[in-house]
Amino acid sequence: MHPAFSVIFLTTLLGAGQGLFLAMFTGQLYALARFLPAQEDQFYALGSLVALVLLVIGLGASFFHLGRPERAWRSAAMWRTSWLSREVIILPILMALVFAYSVAHLMHWTQPWFHIGEVLGVDATLLLGLLGTIASFALFVSTAMIYASVKFLEEWHSTFTVVNFTLLGLASGFMLAAAYSAYIGNPLVSFFGTWAVVLTLGALLSRVAHLRRNARLKHKSTVQTAIGVRHTAVVQKAQGAMGGSFNTREFFHGRTPETVRLVRNSFLVLVFPIPILLISGAYLIESTTLPILAFLIQYLGLIAERWYFFAEAKHPQNLYYQSIS
Amino acid sequence: MTQLALVIDLNVCVGCHACVTSCKEWNTSGWAGPMVDQNPYDGSPTGTFFNRVQTFEVGVFPNTETVHFPKSCLHCEEPPCVPVCPTGASHKRADNGIVLVDYDKCIGCKYCSWACPYGARELDEQEKVMKKCTLCIDRITDATLSDRDRQPACVLACPTSARLYGDVHDPDSEVSVAIRERGGYQLMPEWGTKPANHYLPRQKNRMYISPDELTRVDNPLRKEDLTTYTGEETLDDVAW
Repeated sequence: MHPAFSVIFLTTLLGAGQGLFLAMFTGQLYALARFLPAQEDQFYALGSLVALVLLVIGLGASFFHLGRPERAWRSAAMWRTSWLSREVIILPILMALVFAYSVAHLMHWTQPWFHIGEVLGVDATLLLGLLGTIASFALFVSTAMIYASVKFLEEWHSTFTVVNFTLLGLASGFMLAAAYSAYIGNPLVSFFGTWAVVLTLGALLSRVAHLRRNARLKHKSTVQTAIGVRHTAVVQKAQGAMGGSFNTREFFHGRTPETVRLVRNSFLVLVFPIPILLISGAYLIESTTLPILAFLIQYLGLIAERWYFFAEAKHPQNLYYQSIS
Repeated sequence: MTQLALVIDLNVCVGCHACVTSCKEWNTSGWAGPMVDQNPYDGSPTGTFFNRVQTFEVGVFPNTETVHFPKSCLHCEEPPCVPVCPTGASHKRADNGIVLVDYDKCIGCKYCSWACPYGARELDEQEKVMKKCTLCIDRITDATLSDRDRQPACVLACPTSARLYGDVHDPDSEVSVAIRERGGYQLMPEWGTKPANHYLPRQKNRMYISPDELTRVDNPLRKEDLTTYTGEETLDDVAW
């Protein structure tokens, strides 16, 4: 498949935004359980505003993928069958919830509405955070299922796609939460950093397992089933066009195998070991710049990861476009 | 239920591309048009086509065979491109089973093209919407045309009658009979898309002759001439 940067930015920015929002709410929950010191409302409000900005930029990037962006509103219609439609519905819901969560903290709407048991006071931020958490995970699933549900792209048609999108999004979001805490000098940097390392390690396991699965993948379709001629030697001699077509532009990345391997090795280094080392180093020397660097490098790696995700997938239609003449 | 479709006879397709050009001619100026070209007279001409003829070589030289392979939307009975469409632009008509795109609803997200294993859908670079074979829906539903003309443009153009058109759900239609009696098959059956279009395989007329068939067992000349000659005058020596 041809990796489109609009979709690469869409999926990575949404992932980081969802992860950052979940990190903020996790921080609030830990504080509620008195595992962590309670933070100023402004901490959660600003953090979730940054998450909202990422979601908005991601949504903006997605419009560059559309041929007719002015008709994008139509894409919510087929939510019964299309994961793309479901994503289009869940994303604005999440944005509204993140915005409301941020506003609730900013306006100090933290008076409990009712109590569960003796200690747990349920206020607006807690409810909005819970709803936002549900929406975030629903969005992770919807975004990933857009790819995982296409059975023809066998590299994507796997649970690993959903697990990777979720874990990588969470890891980058918690990494960003650590960077944000470091930037404003908040001591929660080690809390978010620890979670970021745990999630990055989880994502490493799942991503490497996905790579191993795809390396052993045996594609269902062959040129024999494509044209229905039973012979071991079937070679294309003409594809009906000399100057390429949509089929050659959309379904081929057009890079050498060496480039693709280089991108894969780059993301394996940039997403996993380097951010983990940087964030550990930040913990040891109490640096405020290393967590920021860790997030930026991991995000750069995620762009490479998503590029490789697209480039790796081989579409069966390519069997009809093997040779120009 | 009616399921209109094409049956393409690979045995007689000569790869002349008449179906390609007649398809483009009809559809670029009709309901589904325009089918825009880029650099039509330059180095890398490219453009939107609903139908393409591809060529494959089967076997290894000198035992090779050229297969011309016309490829267009197969109007699947289980079209995977339809449920993925977020707007409902991609749909399958209930009355005749043709898979169509509503060009006024399509947002050009290309998701349907990912969900088609045959590469039958092409995004028009100028219109920025997904386009595909309509089976000439504007011709075949036009009651003002004569019965002969109410067929897809490609079918009318084919000089070797390699393209048959009809209802594959009617067991007595020309296409159903052709599929049934001449080994019609579907492309990539492994995906369960149930393409409505079928292809008829290449068939060769071969004559098998065994060596004993080259000798006439009851040859009367051999039967009658049993004489062993030892130099005497024979009939061949007679001067006529």
